[in-house]
Amino acid sequence: MLELLFAPRWSPYLAGAGIGLLMTLAFLLSNRPIGCSTAYLKARGMLGRLVAKERTGAMEYYRRFAPTVDWQFMIVPGVVIGAFIAAGLSGTFALELVPPFWAERFGGSFPLRWVAALAGGILLGFGSRWAGGCTSGHGIGGNIQLSIASMLASAGFFIGGILVSLALFGIPWGQGVWGLLGGAP
Amino acid sequence: MTLEEVRQNRPLQTGLGLAFGIVFGFLLERGGATEHAVIWGQLLLYDFTVVKIMASAVLVGMIGFALLRSFGLTEPHVADPSLGTQLAGGLVFGLGFGLLGLCPGTVAGAIGRGSIDALVSGAVGLVIGTGLFATVYPRVGPWGARTGRLPWRTVSDLLGGVNLWLAVVPVALLILVVLGVLEYLGL
Repeated sequence: MLELLFAPRWSPYLAGAGIGLLMTLAFLLSNRPIGCSTAYLKARGMLGRLVAKERTGAMEYYRRFAPTVDWQFMIVPGVVIGAFIAAGLSGTFALELVPPFWAERFGGSFPLRWVAALAGGILLGFGSRWAGGCTSGHGIGGNIQLSIASMLASAGFFIGGILVSLALFGIPWGQGVWGLLGGAP
Repeated sequence: MTLEEVRQNRPLQTGLGLAFGIVFGFLLERGGATEHAVIWGQLLLYDFTVVKIMASAVLVGMIGFALLRSFGLTEPHVADPSLGTQLAGGLVFGLGFGLLGLCPGTVAGAIGRGSIDALVSGAVGLVIGTGLFATVYPRVGPWGARTGRLPWRTVSDLLGGVNLWLAVVPVALLILVVLGVLEYLGL
């Protein structure tokens, strides 16, 4: 058991089952699913209140999701800390500027990666609030409740993600699902 | 302290949010989901780690949620489904998911393992993007809600208003079959 604490990687089934138990505990103690995208919105709302208090306070969306440090907000700093502890215990913490997977295809240029990834982050934030949740809140928390809305959102997440990834990196012929289709044409 | 007192105690809930986040981040990191390469591997359909994590989380969680519901210990938190809200928003999310190689939760996890990319593009972009949505919400929100509305809120409704457990069983079997097929195919 103790080795698990230091192992860099667990079976995805073990990590997943743990997340399922954690979601159950959140429904019990806090009566809601764990989601992440709202915390970024709350952070934006807090910044907005610093710069333009009246305008931010008048916005309908910030009345629905009050920009305060609460349960929903604390999830995201918690995830940073939790991942830091996990990476620290297994000795896998490392500062990384450009993701190696990206660098292999597009080179190690930080400005290029920054522009692409910032656009990605903006779309992710806009889309998650439009859909009413992200891969945590809809993808796990909502699907747990057999929510049709969450299943629709999850389909959108993956359809969009698969199309963009294939466009960026090309079809990895011979690997995974593509390997089942035979070799490159 | 009763369950209701725990749920109404705001400082305690704020602390619980942090605690849930810490465990969630730990599990995401150990599962491998905080790595761009693992997410892109999933979106390119050759590394099924993300699907395995999500499917097993949903499998365990839906049994847990159904148990809590059976004992009256939690309420459903389910949105009204419409193509204009979840599918359209989900597709926009998907474009960002593919470009960034992370999602909002794993952005936070990747920051924790040292990814500067996740911090200066992921988190910054998320703050900007959620704020942009707040600006257009008065128009986009109602448009989405009335566009392509679906009549069923849950799988129970879809199956003709059956009991939650009668919906959980077929979905659980479906998840097990999907995971079995992935393993059989060596994916």
